[in-house]
Amino acid sequence: MHLILFFLFAGFCLAGAINLLWQTHPINSSLSLIVVMTSLAVLYLLLGAEFLAIAQIIVYAGAVMVLFTFVVMLLNAGREERTLGSRAAARVGFPAVVVLLAVLATVVLRAQGLVEAHLGVGLTNARDSSNLVVLSQVLFHELLLPFELTSVLILIAILGAVAIARREGSERTAEK
Amino acid sequence: MSFLQNDVPLNWYLLLSAVLFSLGVVGFLIKRNLITVFMSIELMLNAVNLSFVAFAYQWHEVKGQIFVFFVMMVAAAEAAVGLAIIIAVFRVRATLAVDRIDLMKL
Repeated sequence: MHLILFFLFAGFCLAGAINLLWQTHPINSSLSLIVVMTSLAVLYLLLGAEFLAIAQIIVYAGAVMVLFTFVVMLLNAGREERTLGSRAAARVGFPAVVVLLAVLATVVLRAQGLVEAHLGVGLTNARDSSNLVVLSQVLFHELLLPFELTSVLILIAILGAVAIARREGSERTAEK
Repeated sequence: MSFLQNDVPLNWYLLLSAVLFSLGVVGFLIKRNLITVFMSIELMLNAVNLSFVAFAYQWHEVKGQIFVFFVMMVAAAEAAVGLAIIIAVFRVRATLAVDRIDLMKL
């Protein structure tokens, strides 16, 4: 069962990622990125990370991708132009990507001592137990300060986004 | 029906993560639209998150999953600021093609 689910959703993941590169219209790319993120949420569930699976759907597939889709529609982004691209990317970039993938694949496939992922086993070795309890104990006791700092970070990011995207009064008159 | 009870080696999850990361890098190089380039960065972040979760499973260590949680929060903040910058750039240059946004190019 685990094998079937893994292949199904890994296939969805790869198909979505390849479709993201293939499509020339940004809205199609953003929709295929949603497919990738939702499939990754299922893979998190298979690895026993229930909280992260839900957070992935809410934060990534929900909030972040809605933001992307919204910006694509707001800016009325059309079909991207096919240009030659940069020479540096073609000469150095693509060989570097091939080498990177080869090295990563070799290291990962030759790695010894990795366990086999078993369905229904999470962080705690007991079956049918949620890892939410363990996760919240560490997050709200040991890592409380970093957790609170992320809320400040998000607040600053929101204020910064509003300040950057705000249309200045002088610019508006200049455009008219 | 032994096929149904098969377990998945953790190497395959890591391999999927590596392939997704490489696809993100390729997208970063070949895409010519500012928003799609930004999406490729999100794809790379997601690929790294998958390997974090896989290693958290391997060592039964909850800190790996908490790290993914923090990566998600930072990625959300980064997406908000990045898209605001894209809107500001579009307002000035009236284009999203990365070839035309070359003010800082040597």
